Amino acid sequence: MISINDLHAGYGALSVLFGVSLHVAEGQTLALIGSNGAGKTTTFSVLTGFVKPRSGNVTLNGSVISGLAPTDIVSMGLAMVPEGRRLFPSLTVEENLMIGAHCDRKGPWDLKRVYSVFPALEPLRKRPSSSLSGGQQQLVAIGRALMSNPNVLLCDELSLGLSPAAVDIVYSAIARLRAEGMTLIIVEQDISRALASSDTFACMRHGGIPLSGPSAGADRAQISSAYFGMD
Amino acid sequence: MEVLINGAFIGALYGLYGLGLALTLGLMRQINLAHGDFIVFSAYLTLQGSLLLGVHPLMVLPVVAVVMFVVGFVLQRLVIERTLGRGEMPPILVTFGLSIILQNVMLELFSADTRNLNPGPLGAASIEIAGLSLGVLPLLTLAVSFAIFWATSAVFGSTKFGRAIRATSDSDQTAQLMGINTSRIFAVAMGLTLAISAIAAGFYGMRGNFDPSTGPERMLFAFEAVILGGVGSIWGTLAGGILLGLSQAAGSLINPSYGPLVGHLVFLVVLLALPGGLMSLRRRQ
Repeated sequence: MISINDLHAGYGALSVLFGVSLHVAEGQTLALIGSNGAGKTTTFSVLTGFVKPRSGNVTLNGSVISGLAPTDIVSMGLAMVPEGRRLFPSLTVEENLMIGAHCDRKGPWDLKRVYSVFPALEPLRKRPSSSLSGGQQQLVAIGRALMSNPNVLLCDELSLGLSPAAVDIVYSAIARLRAEGMTLIIVEQDISRALASSDTFACMRHGGIPLSGPSAGADRAQISSAYFGMD
Repeated sequence: MEVLINGAFIGALYGLYGLGLALTLGLMRQINLAHGDFIVFSAYLTLQGSLLLGVHPLMVLPVVAVVMFVVGFVLQRLVIERTLGRGEMPPILVTFGLSIILQNVMLELFSADTRNLNPGPLGAASIEIAGLSLGVLPLLTLAVSFAIFWATSAVFGSTKFGRAIRATSDSDQTAQLMGINTSRIFAVAMGLTLAISAIAAGFYGMRGNFDPSTGPERMLFAFEAVILGGVGSIWGTLAGGILLGLSQAAGSLINPSYGPLVGHLVFLVVLLALPGGLMSLRRRQ
């Protein structure tokens, strides 16, 4: 479904990614873990088209998407739930959801389906998005991304700034999407949560991937070593 | 009474001047200091078109609006877009430069002579309503202003394009994540603002005189209408324009030369008392 092949990227004189390679099969969920500065955000920035790779590429369903404009990448089937939700404050909840469908990609997701999956949002549809709680906003951000009918959904730090109860609600929504066969890449600081919500994981450090494998039965000591760089 | 009503009609025209500015300032978060000069330039285009074709200026106005839409689209894509994301000063300096260039181009092309658009019999036509004699041209200005404000409000409030531009105004980068081509959206919006300004220019030219140096005064009235109404509020801009027109009319009742002065004083008082403009009263409720 989506492959990252020997990706090198950075900003100006600063190199951040050094030969990152990953593959996520259709219907699978990959958890991308790593400390701050490991390269997760840059990887997502390349995937979404905001950073051009220096070498290597990203393919989605066999087509190279790296180097394309962000708008073209959305049209090709990659959507993102950004860190901090980043809802549009001047738009209502429903308008935020509708803006997700801007590129008119055909597929099963429409307002009716989003409301059926996230029934808590329907009574709030006319409310300004800024008046919602953090958990409600995160559900809107997920619904907004789904409205573009993506093949692959990127989720960046879904639990950031949310109460434990809200995190449970958000991750139950992710579980439902996984059950429906959505292909996901999630970045999550809570390693236990990340492993429990994914099929495979990749641990990033210093712009590379020292450790990856199936999430089920992953060795926590090995992950800690890779995460913190302890030999 | 008739003077005040006419003031309100002129105010609707100020509102129309301000609408383009309100869209660039409030929704696109850009300031176009050449706004007034584009209004005057549109008036000259209308004049030239009207003389060339031998038709009433109102007949030429839709064509000028289309031409100015294209000018706005190209201006945004080729000039203003390059200044964005580099702080507040570059767009201000570039549009200030454009203002000077436009004034000099108009001076070169059309001379410094004062001109106006000939409204024909429409200029003197009036109708009697409730014992008051009201000019047909001012009434038409008011009606066209309302129609344009209504259409703009509908487009920006409830269409896909309107949602896209409001989203882009909130966050350019997040809007791109939604698949919105923000450069094109802003270029279309700039095209629309200049098309609206072109319509305003037609009515301005039929009501008063213009020359290449009158742009900054149009810009000032437009700016006052936007601030009086409340930045970002479409209907607030119309309310601000009408308040400005009424204030000028009231001032001219005291002394014909006091009109603009009283308008500016009312602007300052409202700015002090209601920094968020007239629409902030509604928001408080």
